[in-house]
Amino acid sequence: MSDALTRPPQEPAPDAGVRATDEGRTLDALTSQEYRYGFVTDIEADTVAAGLSEEVIRLISAKKDEPEWLLEWRLSAYRHWLTMTEPTWQNVKFPPIDYQAIAYYSAPRPRKQLQSMDEVDPELKRAFEKLGVPLEEQKIFAGVAVDAVFDSVSVATTFKGKLAEMGVIFCSFSDAVKEHPDLVRRYLGSVVPATDNFFAALNSAVFSDGSFCYVPAGVRCPMELSTYFRINAANTGQFERTLIVADKGAYVSYLEGCTAPRRDENQLHAAVVELVALDDAQIKYSTVQNWYPGDKEGKGGIYNFVTKRGKAMDRAKISWTQVETGSAITWKYPSVLLMGDDSVGEFYSVALTNHFQQADTGTKMIHIGKNTRSTIVSKGISAGRGQQTYRGLVRVMPQARHARNYSQCDSLLLGDRCGAHTFPYLEVRNPTAQVEHEASTSKIGEDQLFYCQQRGISPEDAVSMIVNGFCKDVFRELPMEFAVEATKLLGLSLEGSIG
Amino acid sequence: MNDDSPILEIKNLHAAIDGREILKGIDLTVRGGEIHAIMGPNGSGKSTLAQVLAGHEAYTVTDGSVTFRGHDLLALPPEDRARQGVFLAFQYPLEIPGVANTYFLKTALNAIRKHRGLPELDAMEFLALIRQKMKLLEVDPALLQRAVNEGFSGGEKKRNEILQLAVLEPHLAILDEIDSGLDIDALKTVALGANAQMIAADGSRRDDRAMVLVTHYERLLNYIQPTHVHVLYKGLIHESGGPDLARDLEREGYARFGFEDELAGTGAR
Ligand SMILES: Nc1ncnc2c1ncn2[C@@H]1O[C@H](COP(=O)(O)OP(=O)(O)O)[C@@H](O)[C@H]1O
Ligand SMILES: [Mg+2]
Repeated sequence: MSDALTRPPQEPAPDAGVRATDEGRTLDALTSQEYRYGFVTDIEADTVAAGLSEEVIRLISAKKDEPEWLLEWRLSAYRHWLTMTEPTWQNVKFPPIDYQAIAYYSAPRPRKQLQSMDEVDPELKRAFEKLGVPLEEQKIFAGVAVDAVFDSVSVATTFKGKLAEMGVIFCSFSDAVKEHPDLVRRYLGSVVPATDNFFAALNSAVFSDGSFCYVPAGVRCPMELSTYFRINAANTGQFERTLIVADKGAYVSYLEGCTAPRRDENQLHAAVVELVALDDAQIKYSTVQNWYPGDKEGKGGIYNFVTKRGKAMDRAKISWTQVETGSAITWKYPSVLLMGDDSVGEFYSVALTNHFQQADTGTKMIHIGKNTRSTIVSKGISAGRGQQTYRGLVRVMPQARHARNYSQCDSLLLGDRCGAHTFPYLEVRNPTAQVEHEASTSKIGEDQLFYCQQRGISPEDAVSMIVNGFCKDVFRELPMEFAVEATKLLGLSLEGSIG
Repeated sequence: MNDDSPILEIKNLHAAIDGREILKGIDLTVRGGEIHAIMGPNGSGKSTLAQVLAGHEAYTVTDGSVTFRGHDLLALPPEDRARQGVFLAFQYPLEIPGVANTYFLKTALNAIRKHRGLPELDAMEFLALIRQKMKLLEVDPALLQRAVNEGFSGGEKKRNEILQLAVLEPHLAILDEIDSGLDIDALKTVALGANAQMIAADGSRRDDRAMVLVTHYERLLNYIQPTHVHVLYKGLIHESGGPDLARDLEREGYARFGFEDELAGTGAR
């Protein structure tokens, strides 16, 4: 039985940060904002006992009724993982993770097979409402098809019908394994091999669910596809796996939102996202990540070790846009393999670290084809005692003639106990490459704040305005709805950092 | 407030920064309809006075009181002073990258309106208002879409301060060196805005508004006629008078007060 059944729901104290501001009025007071998504949902969960072994992997695979080849794929990933060690090069500090103390599978137990949204557990629906997951009718009419992943299992996918008409497949990963095994088998691990890195290997061994999307050749997906992830049960790691394939000339925009409840213990999240953009295809992948960051003292929070990578064939384009405000630790480098000639890779990122959060994030742009182009715009914001590292690699292979890259990395500091670090790696092996890098670090000054206050603007609104201004180049890349959400989120995450 | 209470009443104001006393006992009363010029050489404490009135937290008030329209001004945080009608045009306006000038100004105006129980203006209403103000002040509309003061020339920054003044319509406008570094055209715009602030629709002088002009150049006073002139030196007001005092300063420099004429050689006269 999971903790979720025995634990009383914990409600956040929403106004603690505001109070600190009124008293303090120093550059640190606004940082004390509490996490607003910290409720625990009381749903019966089907959880496998903690620990990792071949037996556990077989159990997961059996529960999901998987074909033999997938079990074998998992097992070989696991065997490889056993030979690997955690990476140590990142600029973050955390106590060792006990991989045997984690439960690797937790699924909300459906009371019966669900036919429609009306039958979804009301508790679950309430949780989605609190999260603002757009499952209700009006949201659907707003054009968002949602695949909600609750503790790793996809609960409901809306708008499937309309998408199916156009041949677009959008479903949970488990359903895809059952209904489209050929596609899954063909592309699974084709961008991020099971052996890629420690966390990707772990994910490959134990992933429980995730999302799958296939857009057929020449089809422009008519709506933004959206997945919300949420970690609910205590002591369960979340290992979802996303695979998006845009066939030749296809276009898809995909939104991923994440939240997790407040818990005193740390939770591991090791996801893998693979994007395949075939010739002339375009994939736009946007993330707003708001996993629980831990409390003001640095207790609890999500360890987010994620591998995201896309492969762009001839004239294809892959854009990653991310707004990262959550997690105790973020380790994430959405990358693009620019395989095809004239392919384009973009990375737009806003990462915010407050309190004791640590983020080591950036991107890798690997130029392989000719005339490949990449753009990197990274905006890092540190407040409280937050530590932030930008780590970006631009590699131009010998055959990649006339590759171009533009990188811009800006850091904004609030207060003087936080830190920003930038590690741009450049490996250019073709003399025709044009590579440009700009970097800046600035501080929100007392004077800038005072100027806003002198115009009647509250310090909270002023900080939020200044930070949003700083992030404008990235927010511009987000789909409309997400941009509004991101702006709000940033405001929330920063409340309590100034005064 | 009671109708005949002054807009601003400063009594024996002492203020310090980093433990060093800069203002050493300022007394000043500003009534509705009045324009006070505070003059004095560089470093005499003019900007300090302006910043203390606006509530900059780096300064500590060590003694004295400031009453604004009958209320204790010093008890309020800076944003509440602004909302109650204190406006400071900064000597060095700050840049806010990425934040559109219109957005900034609309946020400010609505914060102030909300505080006063007035309905907030929507985008269309705000646009109508700002267009009218820009026309009046002959400000280039392109300024609106640019980020607040970012990359603005000195003159553009000062015009922008005056545009904000015209939109926010405070009871007390403190203009800190609004004339420094301006060419004649910009100076005229600034004067136009400042004067408009003091004149009601029927052409009469508004008695619910007042202005404090901080300057060490006399030139500005050819464009904005003060009703009162004060000479500030080393944190104290040494002499107060009418517009004539400014003309005397123009002629004789600060030497007449027994202190060094730091204007010499600045080309200000
Ligand atoms: N932030 C500060 N820190 C330390 N000293 C200051 C600061 N601001 C002003 N001062 C000092 O206070 C005095 C008055 O400065 P200021 O008010 O700017 O004069 P004015 O505006 O008349 O030129 C000067 O001696 C200046 O050096
Ligand atoms: Mg000054």
